[in-house]
Amino acid sequence: LPPQHHKLAEVDIYEKLPVPFGLVRFGVAPDHPEVKNVINTFTQTAHSDRCSYYGNVTVGKDVMVEELRQAYHAVVLSYGAEDNRILGIPGENLSGVYTARTLVGWYNGLPENRDLEPDLSSETAVVLGQGNVALDVARILLSPLDLLRKTDITENSLAALARSKVKRVCLIGRRGPLQVAFTIKEMREMINLAGTRPLLDPADFMGLGDALKDAPRPRKRLTELMVKTALEKPNEKEAGRWAAATREWGLTFFRSPLEILPAADGKRAGGIRMAVTRLEGSGETAKAVPTGEVQELESGLILSSIGYRSLPIDPSVPFDPKQGIVPNILGRVEGAPGLYCSGWVKRGPTGVIITTMNDSFGTAQSILEDLQSGTLALSDSKGGFGSLRSVLHSRGIWPTTFTDWEKIDAVEVAKGKAVGKPREKVVDPQEMLQLIGH
Amino acid sequence: CLSHTHTALRQILDAFLIQTTRQAAMETNSLVTVHFINRNGERLTATAKEGESMLDVVVNQNLNIDGFGACEGTLACSTCHLIFEEDAFKQVDTVTDEEMDMLDLAYGLTDTSRLGCQVCIKKWMYGITVQVPMEVSDIRRQLEVGKQSKQ
Ligand code: FES
Ligand code: FES
Repeated sequence: LPPQHHKLAEVDIYEKLPVPFGLVRFGVAPDHPEVKNVINTFTQTAHSDRCSYYGNVTVGKDVMVEELRQAYHAVVLSYGAEDNRILGIPGENLSGVYTARTLVGWYNGLPENRDLEPDLSSETAVVLGQGNVALDVARILLSPLDLLRKTDITENSLAALARSKVKRVCLIGRRGPLQVAFTIKEMREMINLAGTRPLLDPADFMGLGDALKDAPRPRKRLTELMVKTALEKPNEKEAGRWAAATREWGLTFFRSPLEILPAADGKRAGGIRMAVTRLEGSGETAKAVPTGEVQELESGLILSSIGYRSLPIDPSVPFDPKQGIVPNILGRVEGAPGLYCSGWVKRGPTGVIITTMNDSFGTAQSILEDLQSGTLALSDSKGGFGSLRSVLHSRGIWPTTFTDWEKIDAVEVAKGKAVGKPREKVVDPQEMLQLIGH
Repeated sequence: CLSHTHTALRQILDAFLIQTTRQAAMETNSLVTVHFINRNGERLTATAKEGESMLDVVVNQNLNIDGFGACEGTLACSTCHLIFEEDAFKQVDTVTDEEMDMLDLAYGLTDTSRLGCQVCIKKWMYGITVQVPMEVSDIRRQLEVGKQSKQ
């Protein structure tokens, strides 16, 4: 609830991890520090007298949503999409197969992924999916180390990437070039990535002109960029860069994963078998159907990036398992007055920061309207965190505060400074708690 | 008809007046008055300095526009999206591919959209009005309200 729209409202923020900022800290790529500037705005909000942060509290386990609703006039669920969609194909459990998101969590210092130790001994990596997360992992796997060294990527993953054998990343999509989900900024960044060259099959990009005529501007510009890269002769500088490149990446279209094939040892992944597909229909809603043809690709590192899903947080909260969201109308959770949702649990796991921001404004607007209309009765006073503190303590939960975070932050920044990075993240929750004297 | 001539005359006169005030402003200092129409329709007037970006203006003058400039002018968010009047749009410096890339993600993209962090205040901008686009959630809300009132 932006403080400027209500003069008295007080907001407490509960978070599972000791440290704040969720996806901005653990999801945004380390080489995208600009995006993390939003942390400054969040910090300003957190410094308001009417806003408090309580980390290290798992809602649905340490405290139930019902208890929160007793303690507050309004509760907003904004816990994102934790679960990965699984491929559901044989071989998914072989070593060398990860979800792209686990890899992202690993290099970003997400506590639960910090011990991943991915096997990076394969020359070819396969990313299943063609969205921005797929491009993020491809970029991090292929980036020159000197670029990564200056980012807040964890020490551990930097060392592992230094030993990585990965030279080629293939991003595989079930549909065609007109259906890719990534955005143009990320594509342009990939095309311009130092030390790498694009591998695009000209045949995939020929004759797309007609289909583009009525496409909205973003789709049009994105496709034009790929077409230009695939079909036009590069200028001298670019041609030189591509010739000198030691690493490469490519987009492979019309392939649907069927099975991950084991390597000779039977334990590790050795490749992937895919069904060749063709499109039925056109545009954003086109469907990929198998042609009957099958193709195999050798690779010992397979990353799936086919989307996320929200999970129910607590049995008392309505949940739509099919859409993976909390059913709501403009952020008001159906059948639960005083309960709201925002972000990926509200809308599904897509979109960039601005999408989520607009979305939260929408939910805040609904709350303000309910206050005005009296749907949210303020007559009975609510105890807020004060009424939950002792309950939490009795359960052995000691919430962290924003001041605690600022201590951890200072340590991270100082550690980072010593090695020329914006920060060196603390990745062990125990160490975090030690730093703040818990 | 008379009222027409009258309006036409008024317009010429107004244009002339604006021109002279603009000139006066230009000669005295490099402060430029610009107007923003906020999402709720509220008109915000700011005294900008030549050379500042439109985002600087919003920040330095504390204009109350929610979530504006989240990435602090680093071309990574498109929350500084502004819609220009056609004439003004034509005069603004050309747009780079990188700005276009971010604009592609902006809500309510129009033919005269720019990112505020990439547009520099120039003297000629005296008196221009730019519009902060409405959020989708607002549009959806209006549709929803529209639907309800029709029922
Ligand atoms: S880049 Fe390897 S199959 Fe396309
Ligand atoms: S402030 Fe983020 S793009 Fe302009």
